[in-house]
Amino acid sequence: MALTAPTGQVFVPGDAAAVSVGADEVAAAFEAAGSHVVRNGSRGMLWLEPLVEVETGAGRVGYPQVTPDDVAAVLAGGATGIGVVDEHPWLTSQRRVSFARVGVVDPASVADYEAHGGWAGLRRALSLSPAAVVQEVIDSGLRGRGGAGFPAGIKWQTVLDAASDLKFVACNFDEGDSGTFADRMVVEGDPFTLIEGITITAHAVGASEGYVYVRSEYPHAVAALRRAIDAAYTHGFLGQDVLGSGLTFDLHVRVGAGAYICGEESSMLESLEGRRGEVRAKPPIPAIKGLWGRPTAVNNVLTLCAVPMILSNTADGGPGWQRYAELGTGRSRGTQVFQLAGNVKQGGIVELPFGVSLRELVEGYGGGTLSGRPVRAAQVGGPLGAYVPAAGFDVPMDYEALAESGAMLGHGGIVVFDETVDMARMARFAMEFCSIESCGKCTPCRVGSTRGVETIDRIIAGQDVAANLVLLDDLCETMTKGSLCAMGGLTPMPVQSAIKHFPEDFEPQETESSGAPV
Amino acid sequence: MSVDQQSIWDPDVDFGTPAIRDAESVTQSVTVTIDGREVAVPEGTSVLRAATEAGVSIPKLCATDSLKAFGSCRMCLVEVDGAKGVPASCTTPCADGMVVSTQTETVRELRRNVMELYLSDHPEDCDGCARGNCELQALAATVGSAEVRYGRPESRQQVAHPQPVDQSNPYFAFDAASCIVCSRCVRACADIQGTFALTVEGRGFDSRISAGGTDFLSSECVSCGACVQACPTSALQENSVVELGMPTRSVETTCAYCGVGCSFRADVKGDGPDAEVVRMVPSKNGGANEGHSCVKGRFAYGYASHQDRQLSPMVRDSIDDEWRKVSWDEAIAKAAEGFLALQAEYGVGAIGGISSSRCTNEEVYVVQKMVRAAFGNNNIDTCARVCHSPTGYGLKQTFGTSAGTQDFRSVEQADVILLIGANPTDAHPVFASRMKRRLREGARLIVADPRRIALVRSPHVEATYHLPVLPGSNVAFVNAMAHVIVTEGLHDEEFVRERCEDADEYLAFIADPANSPEAVAEATGVDPEQLREAALLFATGGNAAIYYGLGVTEHSQGSTMVMGMANLAMVTGNIGREGVGVNPLRGQNNVQGSCDMGSFPHEFPGYRHVSQDDVRGIYEQLWGKTLDPEPGLRIPNMFDSALAGSFRGVYIQGEDIAQSDPNTQHVEAALRAMDLVVVQDLFLNETARFAHVFLPGTSFLEKDGTFTNAERRINRVRPVFASKVGMDEWEITCAIGRAMGYDMSYSAASEIMDEIAATTPTFAGVSFARLDEVGSMQWPVYDTSSTGTPVMHIGEFVRGKGRLVETVFVPTTERSTRKFPLILTTGRILSQYNVGAQTRRTANNTWHPEDVLEIHPADAELRGISTGDLVDLTSRVGSTTLRAQVSERMPAGVVYTTFHHPVTGANVVTTENSDWATNCPEYKVTAVQVGVANARGDQSVAETREPADTHA
Repeated sequence: MALTAPTGQVFVPGDAAAVSVGADEVAAAFEAAGSHVVRNGSRGMLWLEPLVEVETGAGRVGYPQVTPDDVAAVLAGGATGIGVVDEHPWLTSQRRVSFARVGVVDPASVADYEAHGGWAGLRRALSLSPAAVVQEVIDSGLRGRGGAGFPAGIKWQTVLDAASDLKFVACNFDEGDSGTFADRMVVEGDPFTLIEGITITAHAVGASEGYVYVRSEYPHAVAALRRAIDAAYTHGFLGQDVLGSGLTFDLHVRVGAGAYICGEESSMLESLEGRRGEVRAKPPIPAIKGLWGRPTAVNNVLTLCAVPMILSNTADGGPGWQRYAELGTGRSRGTQVFQLAGNVKQGGIVELPFGVSLRELVEGYGGGTLSGRPVRAAQVGGPLGAYVPAAGFDVPMDYEALAESGAMLGHGGIVVFDETVDMARMARFAMEFCSIESCGKCTPCRVGSTRGVETIDRIIAGQDVAANLVLLDDLCETMTKGSLCAMGGLTPMPVQSAIKHFPEDFEPQETESSGAPV
Repeated sequence: MSVDQQSIWDPDVDFGTPAIRDAESVTQSVTVTIDGREVAVPEGTSVLRAATEAGVSIPKLCATDSLKAFGSCRMCLVEVDGAKGVPASCTTPCADGMVVSTQTETVRELRRNVMELYLSDHPEDCDGCARGNCELQALAATVGSAEVRYGRPESRQQVAHPQPVDQSNPYFAFDAASCIVCSRCVRACADIQGTFALTVEGRGFDSRISAGGTDFLSSECVSCGACVQACPTSALQENSVVELGMPTRSVETTCAYCGVGCSFRADVKGDGPDAEVVRMVPSKNGGANEGHSCVKGRFAYGYASHQDRQLSPMVRDSIDDEWRKVSWDEAIAKAAEGFLALQAEYGVGAIGGISSSRCTNEEVYVVQKMVRAAFGNNNIDTCARVCHSPTGYGLKQTFGTSAGTQDFRSVEQADVILLIGANPTDAHPVFASRMKRRLREGARLIVADPRRIALVRSPHVEATYHLPVLPGSNVAFVNAMAHVIVTEGLHDEEFVRERCEDADEYLAFIADPANSPEAVAEATGVDPEQLREAALLFATGGNAAIYYGLGVTEHSQGSTMVMGMANLAMVTGNIGREGVGVNPLRGQNNVQGSCDMGSFPHEFPGYRHVSQDDVRGIYEQLWGKTLDPEPGLRIPNMFDSALAGSFRGVYIQGEDIAQSDPNTQHVEAALRAMDLVVVQDLFLNETARFAHVFLPGTSFLEKDGTFTNAERRINRVRPVFASKVGMDEWEITCAIGRAMGYDMSYSAASEIMDEIAATTPTFAGVSFARLDEVGSMQWPVYDTSSTGTPVMHIGEFVRGKGRLVETVFVPTTERSTRKFPLILTTGRILSQYNVGAQTRRTANNTWHPEDVLEIHPADAELRGISTGDLVDLTSRVGSTTLRAQVSERMPAGVVYTTFHHPVTGANVVTTENSDWATNCPEYKVTAVQVGVANARGDQSVAETREPADTHA
């Protein structure tokens, strides 16, 4: 039952997650019924997709899991909705900063973006000196959202200070971690935010060219971004003399070729240069010698999407960086876009200030497992992140607290498992993932990951379990300390956390006589 | 005689990462403490290198000091006080005050564990391990990895990814089973050679080295050997090492191919007559090559022991007779008596000699001494006559020295490179790699060449301008470049005024609108706008360096062009420092040296004219003979005089004039007209068909002496084994002199150099002992306190002021006509060398089994020619037949071939036109017609010729 009469505008998410459950067909059906359809982004309540919103005098009213068959009923006001979406408690309890416009605006419309506060950060940044922009980002406490958590402003300062007639901004949009999708959703739902963030970065560090490196598995995001970049050029937000400021900045999209390792920043730079995606040794760091050997600001999508808000004034005229810095806890300032996935009842985007507990996210927002069985573990921070046992879910979600507990935040992805999970197989999966996705450059990762799979197979098969556990531990130490990059260096984290928290899964199974792993 | 040899093979210390070069940094020094030892190194030096310099050995596999740090093997991990983790010492730069520990329990354990991972996929039956030629095996012993808990493949078939051995390349094989995927080969191919033929395919544990997805032979690989050199295991291994086993001793020597003059370590197995070269390894201390090599020097040395090699002196009374093997005494007597008889009958000037650019300085010096002192005339010339004589003349006239101005390393400071009439990737490949590296760093390139040579566009290299200058129009082109610069006011007025003479005349001359790009466009075929842009780049792009080859010199205006380039360098102030200069890329290993040694009829060693009484006095006193103050005959004059009947006998040292000199018919007629032709060579070459005395020569592997390369670098040539013919070449020459009644003898080659040094100011500080001590020296070496002169004309030209010459463009008389509408130009290819006498007797024929005629598609279509067709190539002097290759590299109207194979007889068609100043033949411009060869009725000259050495 509709709260108020429809005013004609219907929002059907064009987000790939919504499309995967039939949003395109639903949108076509609305159009066929004469509705004016806007393909917005997803609100991040993925279990409700396709979540159709109908504009009413009271606001946008949501209808979950709509099929083409429901269209007539929705338009007639006869369908069951979730009320005004903006008032949904799952959203109102969040603190959406980077995702403030995602699902709200028309991602194809420059005007809609501007009407929702877009470009304010860029306009203000262009009125400031590069050094002043960098200082505000430093003061905001913004840290890299790609996983390493390095202070973004410090990185920019390095690029700004590096002497070169040519500098670059490179946006890492190779979102390959399992259980992560925030980058994709923000670009599909609000691409101008990223463009604005990158352009501010260019001004801050003195870059004249930027590249967004997108994984090929994200065709919808590529299309949305290219469309938005074209529009930004048309309206003077990119190219020669941006907004009359004198800044010349060109932005290009480059699509990867399916390698996880290209999400590692130096591999990404190699790939951008047209080479095989292979990790570079550091030093030199990219901020000093990056793309084509030039100083390059390499930042994750979410990092850059926080920038426009940091640079724009608040509604009451206060500095954005200060508002941002007021959020969060300890040295983890601002908000984190958490992504709930795996065996979870209510998966999706939860943006909150740092410090929320994992339990609140998994059991509160997530509502427990989809299977209804008790939660046994969650893997936080992607395939290289630790498995946290349910008993440890009270850990506050910030960089330092997680590190202290032997885990890591990574890109904020949380994958939930119920009690049926076999943690030995999950440990094996971590090594297998590494053996497939390693760039093959350094020996601990290239050879070690395969030997890790074999060793865990022997453990699972009950062969010399004690000796093989020692060997596995040696191997994990070698990979952790000896690997060239975080790929090999962090692969032991899920393995060792699984062994530490779930040793029973690695003990010889009496029922299993021997041999072949599944 | 005894073979001078260095004792046992002692591999150079590998410092892991390259040295920091002065130019790269501010050369600030930092001090670090490594395992308690303090060491000061230039800022930017890796911890690995600093440790090695301090005498601390850190295990490494992927690091080698010819390549930039890579950081993949994780063997060189160390701990640094105050730093987290265990950084790789190869990728960690030293910081002042850093305290490094290389042997903590943590890193030792890590190294053991990483080694265990390596060995878990390394076969126990690895050939390299068995041969003791495997860094992996050596390191396993060092770091201690007795047990491989993961298990280890027993055989090559049991490794994770067994693959067949790639044996496609004739010189080396790739066995993936022994490969540890360290990427040293891939990096060497990219960073050192610049070919980018190798890559890593797959990822993770599936990563494997690949020659671009195909086998090595079918790939872009140019077989330079850099990958084999870089490989730490036996995955990439010379076939010769597999066949002969590891060497037992080694000898440092110098390559005998092109004018780059690469230093090599000849690895040898055995002593005495059975000694064999196991491999040639480029020396990283070699001044010219710094550890790099090409397919010729690295692999194509087998000709020295080829079955065609002649080891016995031979004589015959008539060239129609069979050869008769005789003793040295008999052969020398026949030559000497014959020469004396001819002089008695026809006069002192009836005989002469031709020295070889392939022989050592000492051998050449002795030949010119024999001619001047024993023959008593100045009828000495050298094969440089037909290649770079205009270089000697032109640079002497303008700068005062008959040689290039720079060392090769200078190119690393060049910002703009103007490459004219040279194809370095084929003809001077090791220098080309150096140039390509600089181009990848951002230097810009202007190519002036009718062909689209590889440097116009190849992986990671692209010329900013390719100006397809038509053959014969170089002078017009270079004048137009200078015209633009001068008329735009971009010339270096200060340099011109302070360091040059005849400036006003030259500036007025060059500013004449007749020299404008527009005015010469028809002659040069170059778009005036492009030429103007190129000229602006040359004048304003920073350090501008000119490199050129035979495409400059082998013209009727070759000397004018050399002076034109000197003008261009002078008006832009690009002389007298690093990164600039006028640089000839000389063809033969010792063409610079043979010229230096007084091989020209008008000059004593050191380019001093025979008419100079003081100079002549030096030699008259030393040699005890009155010397002729008049210049003798040049090679073309010898031929003409032979046909006229006044020149009757010649001694030819290691040059195949019947194949390499132009207008073959003319040369052959001259040779036939002579009464006594003495040929000294490794093989019965084309010229030997006309010889009466054949004196077997020695290969570079048997020579003791010096070669001087294109950068004036005097390199030592050391015998790997004793002369296979029983005598050294200089001994043979001396014996002829003595048999003619002139006492000339030396007890060792070093004594000859001592005589050169004593009589030639530019060599005054040179001796074998000093060369052995410092490695090499670039002349001038004025005294024994000097180690040579890498860059010349700093502050002042050798002749005082640089001379600006009015280089008027005079078109060649050789032009396309209705009957001969195309212009033929000639060149070289990578795998073959010159007339091919050496390379054709090696597996290098794999790449270039025959010469082909490259022709533009439009010219081909007009004549109904397709690639692979046999075509007749006809000029006004001769005709030959060869296979066509339709090629977009060629501009319309110009065809191209190489002259490596005698059957081609490219010089059957080249004409007698030559440089006005030096008689250097105009090989690069011949008007020709091309047509599909008739079925059999119209047999060409080349087909009816019987190349001597293929029948020998």
